[in-house]
Amino acid sequence: MFSSLLRKIGTLFPFRFQKIREINRRYAKPRIHTSPGVSLALLFLRLYLIFLVAVLCYKFVTIIR
Amino acid sequence: MRTISGLYYRFKRIWKAIRLYLMISGPGIIVMLADNDAGGITTYAATGAKYGYALIWFLVLLGPIAYYVQEMTVRLGAVTKRGHAEAIFDAFGSFWGWFSLLDLVLVNWLTLVTEFIGMTAALSIFGVPPILTVIMVCVIMGIMVLRGKYWTWEKISFLFCALNLVYIPAAFMVHPSVSDIIHQGMIPNFPGGFSAQLFFFLMANIGTTIAPWMIFFQQSSVVDKGLQEKDIPWGKLDTMIGAFFTVLVAIFCIVVTGTLLKGVDIQSAAEAATQLLTVNTYIGTFLAIGLFNAGFLGAICISLASSWAFGEVFGWAHSLNHNIKEAPWFYASYFLTLITAGSITLIPGAPLVLITLFVQVIAVTLLPAALVFLILLLNDASIMGKFRNSLLQNIISVTIVVALILLSTLYSLSALFPSLFAA
Repeated sequence: MFSSLLRKIGTLFPFRFQKIREINRRYAKPRIHTSPGVSLALLFLRLYLIFLVAVLCYKFVTIIR
Repeated sequence: MRTISGLYYRFKRIWKAIRLYLMISGPGIIVMLADNDAGGITTYAATGAKYGYALIWFLVLLGPIAYYVQEMTVRLGAVTKRGHAEAIFDAFGSFWGWFSLLDLVLVNWLTLVTEFIGMTAALSIFGVPPILTVIMVCVIMGIMVLRGKYWTWEKISFLFCALNLVYIPAAFMVHPSVSDIIHQGMIPNFPGGFSAQLFFFLMANIGTTIAPWMIFFQQSSVVDKGLQEKDIPWGKLDTMIGAFFTVLVAIFCIVVTGTLLKGVDIQSAAEAATQLLTVNTYIGTFLAIGLFNAGFLGAICISLASSWAFGEVFGWAHSLNHNIKEAPWFYASYFLTLITAGSITLIPGAPLVLITLFVQVIAVTLLPAALVFLILLLNDASIMGKFRNSLLQNIISVTIVVALILLSTLYSLSALFPSLFAA
């Protein structure tokens, strides 16, 4: 159901979605040399973002209570 | 005779260097002075009113921090000829690219709303209705970009940068005690001990020093201006001069409110200006004009940062050297951001306080990523070649970035949960 909805939206803005797919294809392979330092930094960023999202969700829940 | 000819050639050499600098200068000075935006001026005014001159030393420390972060964008832009958004897509792939782009657009839009809040509040002191302020700002900003010349935009921006210095004469008019400024302000101290409230003020000042949009703006601006690798030393000098002026303006703003409003709790720069009008009409007027100008300067940079980023990623023409026919999407996104942000401030009962709070929180989701990407990019030999970070630059920049991430996270947590640091 979700994918059919996305397809319907896609038919409304075919050019934009095509462009986004093209961008995703163009930048599919990261150019940076993935050294252990880079991997560690990206892992830190992922964990940091998960932490922030959890904090924001907690705040949202406490507000609506 | 030989002495005279020697002096003449030395003068010619210096004059040539000055002319070259004047041609290359721009992005660094504009981004740094725009850093003193409506939120920044509000923070400085509130800091001065709360603690007098006591935290001036802290602002002096923030100057080099801003410089070290921003000079990396100059090198990255001049070497890669890419804006920060495009550089992230290229180096880290589409996941981090989309995350950075969408987060940037959201943060910029929210920040733009706060700039409009500052501008409308400043001009309402003079009886100008908010709707007129919003229309006027959109029209002026439209005229600035629609000439289709980066050079024109930059020179007009310089005029507004000069107006940012209005706090300097205002500070002289309040006749502060220079001895007090040196003794109370230049020696590191924590007035009243290291309390939760003081910590909040310190973090707020750090939060105004480095914002995500600054990294994206300066890199795109360096690319649009066409700076080459050989221009990097000049670009760094430009950034250094900008950092000097941004600290100078912050200090003079603190001197004004620290002299006349010390011990008063103020919530906004507009409130400070209103209170100062009752003390001295000219100083209150200067503060209000300065607040409007700060919001305006912030708005012209922030809206461009988003449009440049979109243009880079989507492959649209995205230079100020293009006219509206050549770069329709670039200008469409510019005006869309501007008009929607301005319109929000006109909606009666709009949650403006919530938006201001949100800026602090959402910005902290983007700032660490933008800073970490910056350092990783600056360390990649295949991208930066001989312009990559040296060991000393890495030690300085990594220390700054870790401290910024830590403190900005604490700042956003304290904004979300005010009771967290109250004990």
